[in-house]
Amino acid sequence: MAANADVWEVFIQSKNGLAHKHVGNVHAADKVMALENARDLYTRRNEGSCIWVVKATDIISSESEDSEAFFDPSNDKMYRHPTFYNMPDGAKHI
Amino acid sequence: MNETIFQKRIDAEKKIEPKDWMPDGYRKHLIRQISQHAHSEVIGMQPEGNWISRAPTLRAKMILLAKVQDEAGHGLYLYSACETLGISREELIQQLHDEKAKYSSIFNYPTLSWADMGAIGWLVDGAAIVNQVSLQRTSYGPYSRGMIKICKEESFHQRQGYEIMAQMASGTAKQKEMAQDALNRFWWPSIMMFGPHDADSPRTGNAIKWKIKRQTNDELRQSFIDKTVEQAEVIGLEIPDPDLKWNEERGHYDFGEMDWEEFWNVVNGNGPCNKQRLAHHKKAHDDGAWVRDAAKAHAKKPKIAATN
Repeated sequence: MAANADVWEVFIQSKNGLAHKHVGNVHAADKVMALENARDLYTRRNEGSCIWVVKATDIISSESEDSEAFFDPSNDKMYRHPTFYNMPDGAKHI
Repeated sequence: MNETIFQKRIDAEKKIEPKDWMPDGYRKHLIRQISQHAHSEVIGMQPEGNWISRAPTLRAKMILLAKVQDEAGHGLYLYSACETLGISREELIQQLHDEKAKYSSIFNYPTLSWADMGAIGWLVDGAAIVNQVSLQRTSYGPYSRGMIKICKEESFHQRQGYEIMAQMASGTAKQKEMAQDALNRFWWPSIMMFGPHDADSPRTGNAIKWKIKRQTNDELRQSFIDKTVEQAEVIGLEIPDPDLKWNEERGHYDFGEMDWEEFWNVVNGNGPCNKQRLAHHKKAHDDGAWVRDAAKAHAKKPKIAATN
């Protein structure tokens, strides 16, 4: 039996100006077929103005079991948020 | 230990993602359920495909084509979700061909008249929606996201079916008779789509504990019947169940007992169309092998001028 076709992850920009969002994946032998399959599968109702396809094997993901340690460096830096700061009473537009 | 943490996450309504640790039983249950669901979408194209070339109007034909195309799409969403559990598309299709994986028995009934397109959309898709709405909250992330996408698209299916039934029911006496006949044939198989009674459904316990299923077979069946009875009344058709009546105390409709002998007979391969459905799927898959091979050969060919 023939081996699996490659898996391509699909990202769709729903309209001009917005970010591309992951919607799922398709099987395809090459990039042209991946784009066409993604169009046929994920945009049957005008869901998109632009599609990206990326080979699933080219995506590097952080590990969810390590997420605590991985994201730890940002946890104790509350001063990065505007709500950390005390504003004097009466100050406006800040 | 792992299992305790896993169950805690489930109980806290956290979604399980592909790389997370999960019990073997959870993975196996999901592969069986999602693949059965995917196969049902794909095999379900056959009874409706049967009427594309004989649709009564161009409008009806375009709609039916779009619907069958959606079913293919839904099958693909579900195969994708299933593959995240570590099984390949080829293995899944092989299991279908080897009859190790099932698909919904409803598709083993023939579609004898145009009214059957109405009955399938209204009842079969209607029952599927009740199930799928509930599964949007399933604990496995990729399955849940697939269900959300499918539910968005599915309500057009039920409405197009109900429209056909309404049109035929208000047409000539002969047309109304066809609509009633379709309802008579599809009613019982439709309410059996939810599966055996909870008491006879050995796997329900774990599926509920793991929040793969959020409601039991009997709960979902009752919810579908409660919704559908009034819809039949509105278009002047009669549900073929003499025991069907409103139960004030329960706040639900009571209904007659289903023919489980027939159900298991069809599940076990002896329905009117089991052999035909599977043979057609195998043939289409085998006939398409050269296309898959050619696509791969084309992808391997050195490009004369690289575009990027």
